[in-house]
Amino acid sequence: MTATGEWVPIRPVGPAPPHGKPPSGRTPAWWGMVLFITTEATIFACLLGSYFYIRFSTAGPWPPGGIKDPELSKPLIMTVLLLSSSGPMVWADLAVRRGRTAQLRAGLASTLALGAAFLGLQATEYATKLGEFVWSTNVYGSLFYVITGFHGLHVIVGLVMLVFATIAALAGKLGSRHHERVRLVAFYWHFVDAVWITILFTIYLSPHL
Amino acid sequence: MSIDNATHAYGVAEETAGGRVGRHWPEEHGLRAWVTTVDHKRIGRRYLVTAAVFFALAGLDATALRTQLITPNGELLTPEAYNQLFTLHGTAMIFLFATPMSFGFGNFLLPLMLGTRDMAFPRLNAFTYWVFTFAGVILFASLLFGRAPNGGWFAYVPLTGPKYQPGINMDVYSLGLLFLGVSTTSGSINFIATALKLRAPGMTLNRVPIFVWALVVTAFLLIFALPPLNTANAMLFLDRRFGTRFFQPEAGGDVVLWQHLFWLFGHPDVYIIVLPALGIVSAIIPVFSRRPIMAYPLLVLAMVAVGIISFGVWVHHMFAVGLPQLSLTFFSAASMIVTVPSGIQMFAWLGTMLTGRVVLGVPMLWAMGFLVVFVTGGVTGVMFGIVPFDQQVTDSYFVVAHFHYVLFGGAVFPLIGGVFYWWPKMTGRLTGVRGGRWSFWLVFAGFNLTFFPMHISGLLGMPRRVYTYPGGLDWDLWNLLSSLGAYLLLAGLLVTLGTFAHSLWKGGQAPPDPWGGETLEWATASPPHPYNFPVIPTVHSVHPLWDQGSLDSFAEGARSRDRVLAEGHELLVTSELDAEPEVALEMPEHTPVPFVTAVSLFLAVLGLLLGVYVLAVAAGVVAVLVIGRWLWPRWSRREAGHAPGEKARETAEQDAAAEREAEKKTEKAGEKGAGA
Repeated sequence: MTATGEWVPIRPVGPAPPHGKPPSGRTPAWWGMVLFITTEATIFACLLGSYFYIRFSTAGPWPPGGIKDPELSKPLIMTVLLLSSSGPMVWADLAVRRGRTAQLRAGLASTLALGAAFLGLQATEYATKLGEFVWSTNVYGSLFYVITGFHGLHVIVGLVMLVFATIAALAGKLGSRHHERVRLVAFYWHFVDAVWITILFTIYLSPHL
Repeated sequence: MSIDNATHAYGVAEETAGGRVGRHWPEEHGLRAWVTTVDHKRIGRRYLVTAAVFFALAGLDATALRTQLITPNGELLTPEAYNQLFTLHGTAMIFLFATPMSFGFGNFLLPLMLGTRDMAFPRLNAFTYWVFTFAGVILFASLLFGRAPNGGWFAYVPLTGPKYQPGINMDVYSLGLLFLGVSTTSGSINFIATALKLRAPGMTLNRVPIFVWALVVTAFLLIFALPPLNTANAMLFLDRRFGTRFFQPEAGGDVVLWQHLFWLFGHPDVYIIVLPALGIVSAIIPVFSRRPIMAYPLLVLAMVAVGIISFGVWVHHMFAVGLPQLSLTFFSAASMIVTVPSGIQMFAWLGTMLTGRVVLGVPMLWAMGFLVVFVTGGVTGVMFGIVPFDQQVTDSYFVVAHFHYVLFGGAVFPLIGGVFYWWPKMTGRLTGVRGGRWSFWLVFAGFNLTFFPMHISGLLGMPRRVYTYPGGLDWDLWNLLSSLGAYLLLAGLLVTLGTFAHSLWKGGQAPPDPWGGETLEWATASPPHPYNFPVIPTVHSVHPLWDQGSLDSFAEGARSRDRVLAEGHELLVTSELDAEPEVALEMPEHTPVPFVTAVSLFLAVLGLLLGVYVLAVAAGVVAVLVIGRWLWPRWSRREAGHAPGEKARETAEQDAAAEREAEKKTEKAGEKGAGA
């Protein structure tokens, strides 16, 4: 196997641009990640659409079957944790472009910690909820656990990506010349954060309206 | 000296640059190379062959169905076997033949038409192929165990729910399609990224071949249409296996939700199947009319418009469900709008033929056959758009007739025509004209004899999906004709296969450009070398091989380091809209990683399917680790050799050593001089 497997611009071709910097178009990998996120976002749209479809075609109270309206305090803390995790991610992305590896590692580690804290809180929330209803209780239970669980799965995938980036950073594989992976992981992570807002609104806030 | 045709252009480029570039694009052979290749041409050909095998299997399914129905009270198949066969026939034709076949053309042709050397993500491309094949193996292997999906290709709940279908059959369907979705989504992303970033310099958006446009629109449709299908299938699997309640009314679930999600995918899927085929027709017709395609911008806009509108018409598959009147009216009107862009495309093709000089080659026969059959299917489609008519004929053989005219006419005719058209490029062999004509006319006659009578049996009230029917309902004759037509169709397809086999065996050597083509793929060897283009051309029009500037660029580019890219396994990245050159990119070469990833996912799906969850988890973990290896950052060879610090130090040391050497020599010379 001779593949280097690296998407690295080798040298600019064509006439040099006037300001002397190499042209900075989007890379194929950038497009790949953007399209991947687009299709993932559509899956979430389908899930949330299904939630509202069933909610508005259900006669009687919502949530049905005597299930209480969801508690808000814990989800709001989770929201703060997850949203604030985007900050260090941005910071890490800026750092790697400037070749500041220590700052990169610190940013990735903070994001990891905040994401893991989110998941930990979600686990304790599940522990409470499972006492009240499970996903086979009724369709509300199915929607609740599948939608939040599917998001949780995305947080896990995001964390795996972050671990991957952290290992690469520790191995010295990321730097000012190899920074794209951090940007792509950051895209995915911001996406996971943004989707949570829609879930917060749908699952937790909308029953209170 | 100016270059007058594609063969000449290729010859000049190959002579001046082929050797230099070829060193970095070795031809691989043997079993190991077969598994590890990432060459888009090999993957594309493989896609086509695999999809054709699935087509043959699903076609034999249908032959069994028609044999069962040839007379009233047929007894060849049990009801259960009949259910499995018709479900597998539909599922396989839609998911394992039509789309993968288009993807095969896309894989083979996209880089060639764009004037580049590979897809944007070559390893993902190999992965896409393997996942597709494994998903097909799961679906077809289930038939061997008598456990094939049996709830119809659109798998309506509650029939397919845990209560009425307790077996594993529908798990095969839901998991198989979810697994296949991984492949189709990856493939779509790959097509879009390739078309956006790897076009030859000068190929601005208004110079992109229509086939590429068609494939890109299809890929965008898939990006947005597969999620509803995947969501629905995941819910179905969870309902069936793990006790969720999405589709169970007694626990608050909703069965119509399945229909909405399914058709939100299902209607765009009609265009996902048909658009690439329309792209093939748009490639064949101008070449065989000897003039550029008419109304290129309108044609492209029509394709984009069809793609967008297709997301707003899904309820016309549900007119008989009992939805509110207002929504029926809305979706009926929306469905009528589709005829406008479809009409634009049809008139663009007809206009091209009318104002050109038509050459009745074999590919053109298939394209013209497509026009006739597809318009017939379109007419019945408009009839279905009218709610009262739809409610009369819903779930009858009239529907079966309609969608076979649309899908067989709209997809299979162009796809076979496309195989005839690009066969010389793919194999380096010419096909026999006599065999090609026979194959077309037999298939055309067989197709119409099979499916036209179904309009009548449907209007006479024959419901679809019945495994048998009593005599004396006036259905006998039409069913007999349909079944005889099916055998004729089978004979026609066998002649087609025979024509291709004969070509491989004794076909004449194909020149680079046997048809006088207009798009870049004809300026490569037949079959193309691993690097496709020794010199990356510059594109000056939408039909580059018919214009002097683009042809000359093959010779001019050979003098430019940036167009030959002979310093590594490289291709040229250009800007999204204007195709201005940006950077040269070193591409990955053959690797077993995509295959290993696909195998581990395959095992994970098998574990889920058979309820061996330990296997599923273990294989999933392996897949994650392999993907980690796949994406691990590595320095390219060039950088490894030219690491800035190291290189400078090395050079400095060498220079210092050379200096010392030189000094010593002068000193010695001085000493000698002093001694003398």
